[in-house]
Amino acid sequence: MKSLRVCITAAIVITAVSFTVISCKREQGQVLNMATTTSTDNTGLLDYLKPIILSDTGINLHWVAVGTGRALELGKNCDVDILLVHAPAAEKKYIEAGYGIDRRKVMFNDFIIIGPKTDPAGIKGKSASGALSTIALKKAFFASRGDDSGTHKKELFLWKEAGISSPDKQPWYIQTGQGMINTINIANERNGYTLTDRATYIKYASNLNDNPPLIILVESDSTLKNQYSIITVNNVKCPKTNTALAKKFTDWIVSPKAQKLLGDYKLLGKQLYIPNAE
Amino acid sequence: MGYLLEGVQQGIGLLFSGNIETWSAIAVSLQASLLSITAALIIGAPAGFVLGYYEFPGRRQIRAVFDTLLALPTVVVGLVVYGFVSSRGPLGHMELLFTVSGIVVAQTILILPIVISLTASAIESLDMRLGNTLITLGASRRQIVLTSLYEAKIAVLTAAVTAYGRAISEVGVSMMIGGNIKWHTRTITTAIALESGKGNFAMGIALGLVLLTIAFTVNASLIILKKMSK
Repeated sequence: MKSLRVCITAAIVITAVSFTVISCKREQGQVLNMATTTSTDNTGLLDYLKPIILSDTGINLHWVAVGTGRALELGKNCDVDILLVHAPAAEKKYIEAGYGIDRRKVMFNDFIIIGPKTDPAGIKGKSASGALSTIALKKAFFASRGDDSGTHKKELFLWKEAGISSPDKQPWYIQTGQGMINTINIANERNGYTLTDRATYIKYASNLNDNPPLIILVESDSTLKNQYSIITVNNVKCPKTNTALAKKFTDWIVSPKAQKLLGDYKLLGKQLYIPNAE
Repeated sequence: MGYLLEGVQQGIGLLFSGNIETWSAIAVSLQASLLSITAALIIGAPAGFVLGYYEFPGRRQIRAVFDTLLALPTVVVGLVVYGFVSSRGPLGHMELLFTVSGIVVAQTILILPIVISLTASAIESLDMRLGNTLITLGASRRQIVLTSLYEAKIAVLTAAVTAYGRAISEVGVSMMIGGNIKWHTRTITTAIALESGKGNFAMGIALGLVLLTIAFTVNASLIILKKMSK
């Protein structure tokens, strides 16, 4: 039995130590649970804001980074208090169905279509829908998020604009079901194109010392705007929602100070988001 | 090749520089996996004993079910547990979602079949005469269970190590139930998923090395325990 006892003692000691390590960083402030899109997390924006939010409002922001579709679902299931998402059409439906309140614009940037430097399909400088129809016509490889994220919703909208019914089963159209940077990497491995938000692209470029193999081919098209908004989960549907704390956070993020912080956030000296709270 | 080597160097650097973020993820991983293996052993070892020791109708069918559950996909466990612990689920009031306790519950469900199935096999392979001898010596039921488990200790330990390896290396459950929240439910595996999502391969490899080190430590202790018990 001696060996068993040694084993159990060791397990208890390790558990105790790990508990101590965790409890060392004592909980500060009131916890606000947020579901957000992967881009705000992957670019490091929330890590940059978190300590400032704590000192300004006393809010300890906890976030889970998922696609916008999944974030809205977490809101419907009352698993979070607040959402920071980027799919205006889906957000409006969500509010109309009574799941969310107090939707406010926070910031925007834009989507871009990126592809190999050689641009095999020749889409450079075209409009967004023109570029997509050319890609479909030439059967050039295109990597889609395919995960109901804000970017995926935008891409489906653009195919519709281009007058192409969903290229779902085409051999040149690959739905990765993964995050943005993974999808960009897949497009790169296959020498193809993809749609991305600009912030994630800048992050991707900075990982590669600003010399990425995929470059921006289509940009500055009015259909490519990427609006981020904040929505409080409706406490009529979800009584557990901390509405007061959510309001405090919403008021903070649309305040002039927070808006300036958002505009000042840079990677590789490039601005990622343009604040536009009203 | 360069970024692989870079990853190894960064990993060693992170560990020895006492990077608090890395250590927090390691602590959460250890905490969740140790608690879940403890729970799985407390429930699973006696259950495995019953399945391996007694003959009763339906025993073979139950064993077949647990053997099948060895292949339980982590995302399925994550999805089912999410359905239960989400605010709108039947156990929503327990507030287990996005907590370490939630991860522990789901990991326990994930590894319980391993403990039960392997313990049952270990007990089955014991000499049949052991049970009879214990009974003639007047052993109580509790003594029979403990002595049989003790006699099968190496096999039970192997079951425990296998189950532990599954718990600490899984990512589906930790991601869906834990939510990968920094400082709270970020484990080594969800951190790897996040870092590769950010395109930081080096950091992902570094954390992978940490995981391997833990697995190696567990296996090394098993080897030492085996030697000690001979």
